[in-house]
Amino acid sequence: MKMIEVNHLKKSFGKLEVLKDINMNVNEQEVVCVIGPSGSGKSTLLRCMNLLEEPTAGDIFIEGDKLTDSKTNINELRQRLGMVFQQFNLFPHMTVMENITLGPKRLKGKSQSEAKKIGTQLLEKVGLVDKGDVYPDKLSGGQKQRVAMARALAMEPHIMLFDEPTSALDPEMVGEVLQVMQNLAEEGMTMTIVTHEMGFAKEVADRVIFMDEGFIVEQGTPAELFDNPQNERTQAFLSKVL
Amino acid sequence: MPSIMETINIILDGLPTLLKGMGVTIEVTVISLILAMVIGLVLGVFSITKSKVLRMISTVFVDIIRGTPLLVQILFIYFGLPSVIDISLTAFSAGVIAITVNAAAYLVEIFRAGINSIDKGQMEAGRSLGFSYGQTMRLIILPQAIRRMIPAFVNQFIVSIKDTSLLSAIGLAELTLSGQSIYAANFHAFEILFAVGVLYFVIIYSLTLLSRWLERRLDVA
Ligand SMILES: Nc1ncnc2c1ncn2[C@@H]1O[C@H](COP(=O)(O)OP(=O)(O)O)[C@@H](O)[C@H]1O
Ligand SMILES: [Mg+2]
Repeated sequence: MKMIEVNHLKKSFGKLEVLKDINMNVNEQEVVCVIGPSGSGKSTLLRCMNLLEEPTAGDIFIEGDKLTDSKTNINELRQRLGMVFQQFNLFPHMTVMENITLGPKRLKGKSQSEAKKIGTQLLEKVGLVDKGDVYPDKLSGGQKQRVAMARALAMEPHIMLFDEPTSALDPEMVGEVLQVMQNLAEEGMTMTIVTHEMGFAKEVADRVIFMDEGFIVEQGTPAELFDNPQNERTQAFLSKVL
Repeated sequence: MPSIMETINIILDGLPTLLKGMGVTIEVTVISLILAMVIGLVLGVFSITKSKVLRMISTVFVDIIRGTPLLVQILFIYFGLPSVIDISLTAFSAGVIAITVNAAAYLVEIFRAGINSIDKGQMEAGRSLGFSYGQTMRLIILPQAIRRMIPAFVNQFIVSIKDTSLLSAIGLAELTLSGQSIYAANFHAFEILFAVGVLYFVIIYSLTLLSRWLERRLDVA
């Protein structure tokens, strides 16, 4: 089944056309990495997938539901789409545990104790079980991003979207975040990841998409894209980053 | 120069009337500020929505109120309105309306600036979890924004307390008019106005202390 289907998506900010006819799918349990130069529209594409940006034209389907249809309940649909941001966006006025349990309590009607159980399990999963009562400003960047993942996972999403989850981190913290993502991929989570971590994409992705100037230039398995890129723009980009 | 004992006696004689006036001042202020907070919040949220109509309502309200003197507003509500529409307002309700509307116009800006000061990633994080705009505002944005707004709130509260003295112009027996009525009869303007000043200071200084305590208590994250 197609978890995400994007058809002829266009997005403009004023006169600036950022996405120019994007077509792509993400299948169940598939891990898709989106790479490309900065400003090529990767974040915008990802943000269109949960309607943080409103598409200018085209259609997006999430598990068959038309995202771009005004009759779709966007709040319900977003519960099925976890999102992890480059800047973490943890809620600074809440403890780590409160950050994670807010959604389950308020949106899924879980009791305090049920929510706390979910929270503890997720903190175990991201290796932060002792940090539940801490406020986010006491955490390192890597810890913050792992909490952000736990918070997204607490809604039991069917799909996870990541927008450069390691780009704001000190180099020594990148590994711990990628490790959690890799575990998630191995558990069968459907994931779409915008990333500059080419090593991670090579190892974990089922498919890699190369974007440039608002187009999908080329896509394929990591082996195809990294070892035998067909398009010159892909070749030029990879020669710079690898 | 009157002796100290004389001064104290004059003030003590006037004190019951002054305290009653102080009570009215506090009452008008508290009621007005509660109402103004609600209106200020609603119009503050209007001013940052996508809807042009709502933004316009907020802007027009703020511009009119801020662009006219409070004393004119007070006189307009008490004398002006009843002459064209069929309502009769007591000085107290006219005073509450005037102070409310005036404080609300300034609170709109405080709410707007406070909400805008919260990183937009917070709204996005809330929405992407599946919260509606309203839920995200209530659970995530406002609790953070209000903490930052406390000093500005207190500032406006203090201004509003002082503004209530203008209600003496429509005959509301608040603290200032109570003072005036005493020295009109006993001609001891110096002593009585001194006492009036001290009582205003007591109200305002207590509020300042309360806000310092509140800021310290809410100073998490
Ligand atoms: N909200 C916005 N308003 C105006 N321009 C934007 C906005 N968001 C992104 N852009 C522009 O769109 C282009 C693509 O941005 P983005 O999707 O963030 O690229 P990437 O994530 O690949 O670096 C850039 O030129 C950026 O300046
Ligand atoms: Mg980006």
